[in-house]
Amino acid sequence: MIKMQEPEKIFETRELNVNMGPQHPATHGVLRVVLDLDGETIVRLTPYVGYLHRGIEKLGENLSYFQALPLTDRMDYVSAMSNNIGYCVAVEKLYGIEAPPRAKFIRTIVGELSRISNHLLWLATHALDIGAMTVFLYCFREREWILELFEMICGARLTVTYPRVGGVRNDISQEFIDHLVKFLAEFPSRILEYETLIDQNRIWLKRTVGIGVISAEEAINWGMTGPTLRGSGIPYDIRKFMPYDAYDQVEFEVPIGTAGDTYDRYRCRMLELRQSVKIIRQCLEKLPAGPVMADAPKFVLPPKDKMLIITHPVNEIAYFIDEKACKGCGMCLRACPAKAITGEKKKPHKIDQSLCLQCATCFVTCKFKALKIIPGGKGQPEEKLVELSAQPVADEFKKAQEALVAHFDFIKKGPKVPEGEVYVATEVPKGELGFYFVSDGTHKPYRMRVRSPSFIHAGCLERLCKGHLVADVIANIGTIDIVLGECDR
Amino acid sequence: MNMANVISPSTVDALIKFGIDVAIILLKIVIVLAIGLLHVAYATYFERKVIGHMQVRLGPMRVGPHGLLQPFADGIKLFFKEDIIPAQADKVVFYIAPIIFMAAAMVNLSVIPFDANFVIADINVGLLFIFAMAGIGVYGIFISGWASNSKYAFMGGLRSSAQVISYEIAMGLSLVGVMMMAGSLNLSDIIRAQGESIFGMYAIPQFIGFIVFVIAAVAETNRTPFDLPEAESELVAGYFTEYSSFRFALFFLGEYIAMILMASLCTICFLGGWTLPWYVLKIFPFLSYVPGVVWFVLKVYAFFFFYYWIRATVPRYRYDQFMAIGWKILIPVAIGNILLTGLVKIILKEVL
Repeated sequence: MIKMQEPEKIFETRELNVNMGPQHPATHGVLRVVLDLDGETIVRLTPYVGYLHRGIEKLGENLSYFQALPLTDRMDYVSAMSNNIGYCVAVEKLYGIEAPPRAKFIRTIVGELSRISNHLLWLATHALDIGAMTVFLYCFREREWILELFEMICGARLTVTYPRVGGVRNDISQEFIDHLVKFLAEFPSRILEYETLIDQNRIWLKRTVGIGVISAEEAINWGMTGPTLRGSGIPYDIRKFMPYDAYDQVEFEVPIGTAGDTYDRYRCRMLELRQSVKIIRQCLEKLPAGPVMADAPKFVLPPKDKMLIITHPVNEIAYFIDEKACKGCGMCLRACPAKAITGEKKKPHKIDQSLCLQCATCFVTCKFKALKIIPGGKGQPEEKLVELSAQPVADEFKKAQEALVAHFDFIKKGPKVPEGEVYVATEVPKGELGFYFVSDGTHKPYRMRVRSPSFIHAGCLERLCKGHLVADVIANIGTIDIVLGECDR
Repeated sequence: MNMANVISPSTVDALIKFGIDVAIILLKIVIVLAIGLLHVAYATYFERKVIGHMQVRLGPMRVGPHGLLQPFADGIKLFFKEDIIPAQADKVVFYIAPIIFMAAAMVNLSVIPFDANFVIADINVGLLFIFAMAGIGVYGIFISGWASNSKYAFMGGLRSSAQVISYEIAMGLSLVGVMMMAGSLNLSDIIRAQGESIFGMYAIPQFIGFIVFVIAAVAETNRTPFDLPEAESELVAGYFTEYSSFRFALFFLGEYIAMILMASLCTICFLGGWTLPWYVLKIFPFLSYVPGVVWFVLKVYAFFFFYYWIRATVPRYRYDQFMAIGWKILIPVAIGNILLTGLVKIILKEVL
């Protein structure tokens, strides 16, 4: 056998070791990628994550199921709504409750809006990384619109916490629906606008076609999900396979690619934008009436207006002191926060109606039942006030106090959860977001685990980039669509 | 011995004449530099405004009316920033790199004829001089990348020198056709020959050369889609990643002066410089009263606008693809253009 002789080395060459990130314009946050370069070709690539680790999973173990919800906003802050929905669907399954139909449809709407906004941000940054600057600003124009829609529903733009366990926080208004319809009418033409700029652009094609190719089998083995997997031709979409919320009641297609390269993944996402519009349209058409929170008092907070159960709205009550019953003890006088009660000791006191706050402090304080309640509010002249029996009102107050205590307890501790474990995956814009809970029968989860698509996608970066050039690293980081907040948790 | 007796009156005359010449040249330099630098300042403003409006936003609006004082605000800010030198940087080289870069770009302004008879140095190898100086500019880029002691800067410097050198070939070859048609390397002569030709501007008969030149000019000035040396998303800022304060400003100035230069070169060699084509003057005879410098500047602005337009429109090429375009497409096409021009010239000579 002839042995190949090693060519004599004239001088020693080393690979150039480049530290891309955690501070770098194109690593989408704080991803750190260590590259070993041979010229411009990548020999080795190691992604390092954890620069945005906030211990969300551990925090979840020390919070009740209500309290951990806002943490999910901070995971994938680009599509906070979808994360909230994923969490809520999982906890609902653990509780064994179900959101009412209206809430399900509203969640589907905001989930798809969030998908659009996520894909817009993805397209914007992906295009900017590849050098198409205008696409970035065009996308942000529409994303701003969606954020304004979010603001209209819940007051927040980024960290929304709008979906709640058992439904959504509040009902959507007609104003929101009108704006949404306007958005849906306008948006498809805007998609065409982005595509005019890059879809058939020679440079865009040169930069994306055949870059980061991954076969269907490999993509599955790497655990890829979402559009990143569908670009390789696998029509796996949790919305279709394990429908949650209202996805089983709407019609939509799952766009797939063929080549499994950066361009196909880009096409998949562009087609998904159109599907999302289609889903939202159907949801608006089918939107049923009804409550937006599940009727499960053991697990779900009562609506805000039912929290203090007083049959008389407060501002329709006036208080006055019965001169015959008043002994002039001065208890109410001292207790009144508004200093509306005047009078000397051992003589009947008097309430100055203009100062009275109707807080009922005097009513509760009085031991002689001298305080009387008159329906109709402050505006009435004193002679016309018809005396009302005080007892039922006092009962109401007692009930309200008890309700308040119960409510406080409920909020503070959270609902008690049956023992068991549950894993629920939802289709967030980036892929499969799974929540895994182990409950030991207390108020807090024993373990909360998040399967974040970004983390798994970041793992296959080396597989995608090896042998390509430095510029393709950027294209590949863009194409797997990662957000480090979700990756590091 | 009395000195006055030695110097003859003719020598005095010659000295006075020399002094006047020097004064005139100095005055021209002052005018060109002042106007040139003002143009650089407002080229940035123009760029941000144009791209802003293309991207459905306003661009600078805060400093002065419609942000008109923004360039000065930027300049003052850069001037007062801390001048950071990276640890273990090669200090001397680090200091002189931006100076070389900007000086090489600025010197080129001396041979540009802005109007008939307004040129600082009317030398007979103007075109070659510009290429030579562009070649020196590469040193500024390359050693800045080397001296920064940063890998991004290093790669940016490497890319840039490879890019500028390869595209200089394409550019030089694309201009050979112009030289053949004009029969001169003197920039003023090229313009005059152009004004007297049938087409009025060489962009029409030399359209292949024109296209090659425009592409090469974009590449030569490191602009999108060929801004690989400073590809923001890959190399942070390329060769001047580590530069700050006024040294950064020098690079910035140099780059924009290079842009002005390329726009001027395009105007001179292909768009007819300060002249207008005769057919335009025939249709609108009153245009001949407008001074030539106005046409020159307008053509330069149009080319600038083109620069900005493509920046707002297209993505960035990858390094290897970009080099492939230069070597495999532009250079062969430019050589073909030279052959074609020569052939046509011979045929015309035979026929006429």
